Order: sequence, then C-alpha cells, then structure tokens
Amino acid sequence: MTYQLTHLDSLEAESVHVIREVLAEFERPALLFSGGKDSAVLLHLATKACWPHGVPFPVLHVDTGHNFPEVLAFRDRRVEQLGLRLLVASVQEAIDRGEVVEDPTPGASRNRLQTHSLLKAIEEHRFDAVFGGARRDEEKSRAKERIFSFRDEFGQWDPRGQRPELWNLYNGRRRPGEHFRIFPLSNWTELDIWQYVERERLELPPIYFAHRREVFRRGGMLLAVGPHARPREGALDEEPFFATVRYRTVGDASCTAAVESTAATPAEVIAETAVTRVSERGATRVDDRFSEAAMEDRKREGYF
Amino acid sequence: MELLRFATAGSVDDGKSTLIGRLLYDSKQVYEDQLESIERTSRERGDERVDLALLTDGLRAEREQGITIDVAHRYFATPRRKFIVADTPGHVQHTRNMVTGCSTADLALVLVDARNGITEQTRRHAFIASLLRIPHLAICVNKMDLVDYSKARFEEIRSELEEFAVRLEIPDLTFIPISALHGDNVVDRSPEMPWFQGSPLLHHLEEVHIASDRNLIDLRFPVQRVVRPRSGGLAGFRGYAGQMASGVLEVGDEVLVLPSGFTTRVESIETADGPLERAFPPMSIVVRLADELDISRGDMICRPRNQPACTQDVSAMLCWMSEAPLRVGAKLSLKHTTRWVRALVREIDYRLDVNTLHRDREADELRLNDIGRVELRTTAPIFYDEYPRNRATGSMILVDEATNATVAAGMLRRPAS
Repeated sequence: MTYQLTHLDSLEAESVHVIREVLAEFERPALLFSGGKDSAVLLHLATKACWPHGVPFPVLHVDTGHNFPEVLAFRDRRVEQLGLRLLVASVQEAIDRGEVVEDPTPGASRNRLQTHSLLKAIEEHRFDAVFGGARRDEEKSRAKERIFSFRDEFGQWDPRGQRPELWNLYNGRRRPGEHFRIFPLSNWTELDIWQYVERERLELPPIYFAHRREVFRRGGMLLAVGPHARPREGALDEEPFFATVRYRTVGDASCTAAVESTAATPAEVIAETAVTRVSERGATRVDDRFSEAAMEDRKREGYF
Repeated sequence: MELLRFATAGSVDDGKSTLIGRLLYDSKQVYEDQLESIERTSRERGDERVDLALLTDGLRAEREQGITIDVAHRYFATPRRKFIVADTPGHVQHTRNMVTGCSTADLALVLVDARNGITEQTRRHAFIASLLRIPHLAICVNKMDLVDYSKARFEEIRSELEEFAVRLEIPDLTFIPISALHGDNVVDRSPEMPWFQGSPLLHHLEEVHIASDRNLIDLRFPVQRVVRPRSGGLAGFRGYAGQMASGVLEVGDEVLVLPSGFTTRVESIETADGPLERAFPPMSIVVRLADELDISRGDMICRPRNQPACTQDVSAMLCWMSEAPLRVGAKLSLKHTTRWVRALVREIDYRLDVNTLHRDREADELRLNDIGRVELRTTAPIFYDEYPRNRATGSMILVDEATNATVAAGMLRRPAS
C-alpha cells in the first residue's frame, strides 16, 4: 500500500468535501446546470457527495434562448435520470418583459444579459449558495476566484475584498440577502475534466465530439449556421461550408464557436487537448475577446 | 499522476511573475492566443522582448498599477506531475496572502534577487513557510545573469540564508541558481553555470518526495455530515460523511468518538463507487459504525489509544488579517475541522518580529499582517493536534462576528502551562 491518490482522485475528494460543506452549512443551495461538460461533471460530483441519497437541491439553467438542441435534450435527460427539480431562468422572458434590452447588433451575444436573470432567480428562490462549474484555469480573473466566493446583496463580486481562504476551512458566514457562489471545480483543468469524463464514462451532449455541420468563419472562428447565427448578408468572408468540428465549450449558440476536429471519443479529445495550442475560451468564445477585461467586468456585476 | 501544490513568494522585482511565466511557457502550457495577447501588450508598452510576467497578471487594477493584489492560481502539468501553483504577491503588507497560499502547499518557492541577496522579505518568506510547516523550501537565486553567473555570489547567499534557517524548522531546504528571464536552470540545465551540480527547478518540482509528508499515523476523521436514514430504499442507512484528515482507517478497526468518548467498531467504509477496505487522506468517504451512537457534525473519530487534545483552553500562533487590530477580550467565531465554536481572546503572549524572530512580550494588540501567540477560551471543546504534527487538525480560522470576515489564520499549540 502506498496510500497515494491519483490527481483525479485528489481533485474528486476535494470537490466532494466542498459540496458536503455546503450541504452542511447552507439552507437553500442550487446548482447551475447548462448541460455543458463542466456542469455535467459538477452534477456528477454532487451525486457522489450526496450519496446514498439523491441530490436534494434544484438545478438552475440560465437560458439565453440561444441553445443547441442537443444540449437541451441532454439537460432534460440528466434531470429526468436523476429525478431533479429543474428551474429555468429565461433571458428571453426578461427581454420580452422589458427588464433588459438586447444589443441590436446582428450576432450579438446574450451572455451579458444572463446576469440579470441569474440574480433574479437567486433572489426569487432565496438561494444562499449557488454551485457553478467555473475553473480557475479558464481565464485570468477566474484565477483569483475563491472556492467559496462571497456575493453582496447586489450579487456583486469584489475582487479586492475577498475573504482569505485557508486550508480546507471554508467560511460561508453570511447575512440575509447575501449569497455565495461555490466553485468545486476551481482546481480542475480542461484536461482533468476530459480525463474524468473518460474515467467515469460520463455522457455529454454529442456536439462535444466530431460531427459534420455547416459553418462559417467570423473573426477567425467557426460558427454554426443556425437560427442564432448566420453569415452577414453580402459578407464574402462569411461564406458557409461543411466541416468536421466539435465544441470545446458550449454556451450561447450565437457566440460559441466550434473547432475543427476529428476527435470522436473522450480518449481522442484528451489526446487533442494535450497538444492543443489555443486556450479553451480563446478558441471558442467570441465575447471574451472583446476586451482584455471582458470577464472581469461581467464577474463584478454578478456573472457566473 | 501525482499532484504537487506549491506556493511562490518574492517581491515585485525579484522576477517571480517572469519565473512562473517561464515555467508555463517552457513546459508548453501557454496557448498561442494567450501568447499573442501578451505579445501585443508588450509591443504596446514598448518592451524590448515579450514580457512573460504578463501571463500571470490578472485583474485590470493590477495591470494598471503594475502590482499583484491577491493570490492567483496557476495550473500546469508535465508527464510526471500535475502542479497547482498559488502565486502570492510579495509586498511587505501581504503576509496574509502568503499565509493563505502556503496553507495548502507541499512546497514553497522563494525568489531572491542575486544582486540584492537575502533581504528582510526573504527571511519573512522563509519564516512563514516554516510557520505553516511546509516541508520543502526551494530558494531560487534569480537574475544570475546579472552577477555573471558567479558561483561565489550564489554560495554567499546560500550560506547567509542557511544561517538564518537553522533557527527555523525546515526539513528540506534547496538552493537553485537561475535566470528566469533567459531560462537558465528553470527547465533546462544552464550551460552558463556548469559549477551547479543540483537539478534545474522543474526537475526538482517533479522529483521532490512528498508522499511521506502526510500524517498516516494518527487516525483523525472529523464528521462533516450525518447521513440519516430516510424512508425509501435506504431506510436503515446511517453513516458519517467526511474527509480523512490523517491516519488510516480500516474496516473492523476499534474507534473512539469525541466528545462522547464512546468506542465502537468500523462496520464499513462506503463511497458512491462502492465499499472500501481502508481509507486515508485526503479521501472523502462515508463511515458506518457497528453501534448506533449520538454523533453530529463536528465530532471526531479517532482511536482509543491515540486521541487528539480535547479542551476549551487553546494556544495558537495567529496571523492577523484584518485592518482592525486584535485585542484581549475580543470574541470571535472559530472554525476548526468541521466544528464552529466561539472563542474569547484571553491573552496575547507575544508578537513576533518575523525579521529578527524577537518576541515582543509587551505587545497588547496584533495588527494587520502581525504574527503572534495568543491564549483562547472556547465555548465548547475542540479536538486538535499540535499544528507541526498535523496540519489538518492543528489549523483553524477566526471569523469576525459582526462582518463575517475571516480575520485570522491560526496554528494550534498546547497551552504553555
């Protein structure tokens, strides 16, 4: 016996510990579940942490209305399999009610608008802890995020005023109206996620694996031709064509790009991820490239 | 693959960001889009070469002011190990950040500028690493290119720090001469310093032996949650969920539960993936016991003949992290393992000058970034070991009851008397 754990076992043990701390110290948790790979892993870890009972808290999908049908189908399948309560916070409804105004630019993303619907749902359901699948390796401002991340009564994140996080002693003390975002996957990387998906034989939406689809190029990225993104009329450089692609991330369909790939299984994705030369967000998120501080600004306002 | 967590410390000008950028870059963890982004920024600023330090600069406020304000986490992997880096800013006022970054680290990496040699800050960093009982300390003497790769200069710095370190408890102290800017002895052996017989930094990080650093002797299992029987298929299931803090737990072991003092046997060790024969840190498990006892969150499972201290009078080294000073008489919330109690500060024994290690016994308060020893009285007993023996059951945090802010990191000691 060497009494040693592999890195995946260590990461899993840490995440389970974090989720159980929340079960013990919070009254009304919820888990953000979009059907994407990180939230699928997060939900899987929640089932392990809650075992032998089922996941007792609801899952929340902040729905931009710009969805990939395969992802919605997967979301509903998982919710049904696990007997969960699904809450949907709809950005479309917020737009229809005039609570937020959509950017009229063709192809504009609704990512920023999600913040409103998310905060509203938190307030309405009086959630005091909201699990998210964000990882610190994703993006610069995420690298400074705590695992237990405090949000004031406006849902805001104050990067300079964060509570120090020592050992595995999490401080979830809060006043009414305040809440925490909980990030059990903080220390996981994209590669860890894929290795874990393979090891645990987790199902993911099929668009994470190579498939043929009609795409067009915009700003060096491949966007799927569909109801939420189409080539600008008369734009010669946005000529649609068929390609074999997969998605590295799955978000708002209007701004999430595919990458050319023939990886059809988790093992092949792992092999590709190990040698890829472009970061996950850099390859696939049109909205994060707008400015150096795009994510930092969104996070301060209360984004995921 | 094994996981190594390390913390880095050094002041703004020691080249710490450049070193981490270099580690990420040379181990091929930097993506092209990230590189393009920093190339663009470097060009805009009129830098001569690509500034690798930009890879680790996070928030806009920091980039604007050219400083680092908080602990940032970085990730990279080699075929041998996966690394989690807690990158802590090194300004004098940020002791709290280094303590935070060091709390979970297996190794601390401290940078020294070869031109300046050992400074107050180097001593402070070495002291904090030893206070937090990080078993491995790697001192990287950086900017060797600016001292003509001089062996004599390196040896001079080494002996000066070694002299200071004998007063600390550092089981493994390693010195590596490097140039983060040029990559000497970071990933590859430096052709400029053939006199250096040790390993380059990355090789050291891959090889340093950490498996023996854990406490596998003292069984400590803090109960995190009680899994209660419910109606339905699992009607009879009662178990105790938690993470192994130290020691090894096996099915059939005789165990003692604190605070009740009752003994029983381990019936089974369960996980969502099936039962286990034995568990060890840092596994998260569910333990079932042979007898039905009254056990709640915050209780501790140990062995009848190997128990932690169980007392309401505790002594601790504190790192104070709040703008408002700590004074005798303060009442705070205390979290230790999975247990919250309230604590009264009965005495401040001394404040430590971390540069001279002098104990100021006249001190009547601890200010932001001060380190000192205090005596506490708690509302209920806590079950702890001395921090040097057990980092998991010897650590605690203090929380201000008015603001809910975490105001101190504490390392528990047996009371002086």
